[in-house]
Amino acid sequence: MAMTTTAQTAAKNPRATLQDWLPKLVLAPSFALILLFVYGFILFTAVLSFTGSKLLPDFSAWVGFNNYVRLFNHPNWITSLKNLAIFSFLYIVICSVLGLGLAILLDQKIRGEGVLRPIYLYPMALSFIVTGVAWKWFLDPGIGLEHVMHLWGWESFSFRWIKDGKMAIYTIVIAAIWQSSGFVMAMFLAGLRGVDNEVIKAAQIDGASTITIYRRIIIPLMRPVFLSAFVVLAHLAIKSYDLVVAMTDGGPGTATWTPALFMQKFTFGRNEMGMGASSAIIMMIMIFSIIVPYLYSELGGGKKQ
Amino acid sequence: MSVPSQDNAARTGIFARAIIYSALILFAIYYLLPLYVMLVNSLKPLDEIRQGNMLSLPQQWTFEPWRSAWSTAQIGVSPTGLKPYFLNSIMMVAPAVALSTILGALNGYVLTKWRFKGDNLVFGLMLLACFIPFQIVLIPSARILGILGLAGSIPGLILIHMVYGLGFTTLFFRNYYEAFPTELIRAAQIDGASFFQIFRRILLPSSGPIIVVTVIWQFTNIWNDFLFGSSFSSVDSIPITVALNNLVNSSTGVKEYNVHFAGAILAALPTLIVYIVSGRYFVRGLMAGAVKG
Amino acid sequence: MLRKLLIGTMLSGALTAGYAAPSFADEVEVLHWWTSGGEAAALDVLKKKLESQGVTWKDMPVAGGGGEAAMTALRARVTAGDPPTAVQALGFDITDWAKQGVVGDLTDIATKEGWDKVIPAALQQFSKYDGKWIAAPVNVHSTNWIWINKKALDAAGGKAPETWDELIAVLDKMKANGISPIGHGGQAWQDATIFDAVVLAEGTDFYKQSMIDLDPAALNSDKMVEVFDHMAKLREYVDADFSGRDWNLASAMVIEGKAGMQFMGDWAKGEFLKAGQKPGVDFVCIRFPGTQGAVTFNSDQFMMFKVGDAEKKAQDLMASDIESPDFQSAFNVVKGSAPARTDVPNTAFDDCGKKAIADLAEADKNGKLFGSMAHGHANPAAVKNAMYDVITRHFNGEMDSKAAAAALAEAVAAAKG
Repeated sequence: MAMTTTAQTAAKNPRATLQDWLPKLVLAPSFALILLFVYGFILFTAVLSFTGSKLLPDFSAWVGFNNYVRLFNHPNWITSLKNLAIFSFLYIVICSVLGLGLAILLDQKIRGEGVLRPIYLYPMALSFIVTGVAWKWFLDPGIGLEHVMHLWGWESFSFRWIKDGKMAIYTIVIAAIWQSSGFVMAMFLAGLRGVDNEVIKAAQIDGASTITIYRRIIIPLMRPVFLSAFVVLAHLAIKSYDLVVAMTDGGPGTATWTPALFMQKFTFGRNEMGMGASSAIIMMIMIFSIIVPYLYSELGGGKKQ
Repeated sequence: MSVPSQDNAARTGIFARAIIYSALILFAIYYLLPLYVMLVNSLKPLDEIRQGNMLSLPQQWTFEPWRSAWSTAQIGVSPTGLKPYFLNSIMMVAPAVALSTILGALNGYVLTKWRFKGDNLVFGLMLLACFIPFQIVLIPSARILGILGLAGSIPGLILIHMVYGLGFTTLFFRNYYEAFPTELIRAAQIDGASFFQIFRRILLPSSGPIIVVTVIWQFTNIWNDFLFGSSFSSVDSIPITVALNNLVNSSTGVKEYNVHFAGAILAALPTLIVYIVSGRYFVRGLMAGAVKG
Repeated sequence: MLRKLLIGTMLSGALTAGYAAPSFADEVEVLHWWTSGGEAAALDVLKKKLESQGVTWKDMPVAGGGGEAAMTALRARVTAGDPPTAVQALGFDITDWAKQGVVGDLTDIATKEGWDKVIPAALQQFSKYDGKWIAAPVNVHSTNWIWINKKALDAAGGKAPETWDELIAVLDKMKANGISPIGHGGQAWQDATIFDAVVLAEGTDFYKQSMIDLDPAALNSDKMVEVFDHMAKLREYVDADFSGRDWNLASAMVIEGKAGMQFMGDWAKGEFLKAGQKPGVDFVCIRFPGTQGAVTFNSDQFMMFKVGDAEKKAQDLMASDIESPDFQSAFNVVKGSAPARTDVPNTAFDDCGKKAIADLAEADKNGKLFGSMAHGHANPAAVKNAMYDVITRHFNGEMDSKAAAAALAEAVAAAKG
């Protein structure tokens, strides 16, 4: 990485030494804090995952890879991984499609955009401690949607996914999409508003239909937004915890366990801190294997500018 | 930064517009449903909730749950309602948001306009900090706060929230300043402007949109945090989410759902207001920076 | 703008600096999860009493997950070197903390006030560690109760069931009468609460062998298969929407007559009382058939942490107040539980409360008082939760009884290791 022209200019400046060091000095505290509070703590957790720590960290009880072996033999962890695969795939794809779709619709000179936009966005502002209860009620066949449909005379209506071990994870997807698709919509809307009008006008003059313009020109221009959305959604998916606790707490049975729930429950509920740490390390590896390639491409793009 | 365009929309027929509006309204209903459920049930007496139609309007309207959640509900041993905890949250959120935003802006400025060897690596490492699950940092953070003598205090909570917000704030400002013309900065340097002068006089005045995005993001995340709030607070610093959780999650007591819903809406009001008031700037800010690839 | 922000930050920094004030001697900081109306009000009695003795009560409630959130916060507090004075804790969690060497010592005050004689030995097992008193027990909840809607029972013959067969007969009649016989919430701990009672009904020896001694031969035995068969049988009487339901909504079903009965600890009584129901008139409380004379319990205790000499006085005073008969009576009448000491007059309690106190004393005398597995008083958290996994999976039809018994033994072995 070569020095940019900015810095080279600075080097010729009389106050060169100070000007050269000041930026780094400004950055240093943040960077040091992150090195300690993020990377130091990851290292701490990694070491912890090789110990048999129970209630509190205990570095004298060395157990090697035992926690990892137990982890991958634990039925709840296997369930968690399967659920994560289903959840994150559906969540990321549907949020992106829905977000883009809503953004395109909202970009059609809509009257009342100022009212609709905050309606789509507000779920992101709420904590799941209680909106989870509202969702749980709404999805409960006894008091929620199914019940109301029956009261309204649609007797054969049936919607009981949250009570069904095979389907419950999909209800979590529904609530998760509710929470974050508005945010993705805002990202796409911002992207759409940033598209150069000249390109579109030229295409319109050439007689291209609206659909063609979107398919051929606008959506391909949204590539960076897709990437940003993917990163935000992927990390929310892997960290999804509040949502699951509030809606099903892992049930019915153990059908809706996720890795984040597993880590929390083992570390703090079951007093198996070593095992919790090993699940955290696996989660970190999963997160990093998604984020690092993205970062690589993002920063590579940055250099070209 | 281009001007928001309203010209992407192609000319469309009345029929197509009807479909567009119906779709938008249908989704608006989907997004509003949980809020509606919370709102109507917060206005019903508990008996009516027990009987059951959660979507129906109250037969008997009551504001008692709201009054209770605000000032008389049992949060701990004293029936204080949520009222006293708002101040704690504000005392914690305001400095934490301000500090992480200021540091993020400075970091973004350095990382784009004062580039140095390895700057991308530094940025990459800082960005990865966004993705760490908070449960794993709980115990070591507690140790550090203990050593610093900040355990169980608002300054301790501010420090923790600031540190774990830095990744995002740096990301936002870096992407925003990336697009800012470097020529202006070079010109100012030649005129003898210092590092901080350039930041204050040239970059900051045009940073409005991205400050809005960052503040909204940080405000929402810190305001809604429960894990750090419950672990690193003590008697005088309990934030609103912990109080709300105490109201809602008592294990062996009678659950007053109407009070819970009223409390949840009360606790969320600041973030809701922030979203509604600044929603327009939010999209504009995202457009200007946060979604750039 | 930036300047304003900066000033704001500094100002609030200066304001908040005052918050980290050193703690004063005559105060207790109490971490607990009793935050709902009745129980918090009951705890307020203790607060007032301490305040009248010149001790300030600093309240630190963290609710959620049956104490899990509070225990998470406690870890952070202890790690930071800033533990509260007293912490509400349950069963094996107390023992686990004692092993970390961070708890205080109440032996002096306990000896002076003769706690040994009035607190049942089964409770002392958790209040003491290594021969020293470390916690002050507040109450005893017993978990093998059934709460029956009186009208529904009358419609089903009127006689409270005393054996498994009678129970099934009543449940069948309730089903025929068109109500959901069992009001139940499908959460792991609620499934386990029923499981506790079903195991206990197989005999107190079997309960001890399987749930407390964790004998592999008892865990994977024909008797355990029968236990799981009984669970599967009971599952047939639960309505279709049970999964994930909060326990108090299940109580509400019984109160309204939508369901016939609920298997739940005696905190459920509060729901019935709050709905204006009277024991014996609107609802009936009985022990789970086959467990008469025996009691599975959980006991809330205040575990004390190591503090300085000055604060020790306030800590001892708090412990002494907790064990005072008038507080024990006042608190437990509200909470629905029985007093932790056996010499508290039962005059203030309702019929179910009186029965609970009598049952407890009898079970204690006959050696039939056992810690509840479902509530963390039979084995440590890791084992308890491993059992939950199997019980809830079986209850939700993911495996048959034979497989469940085998899985139970296997899960327990894995969690112990």
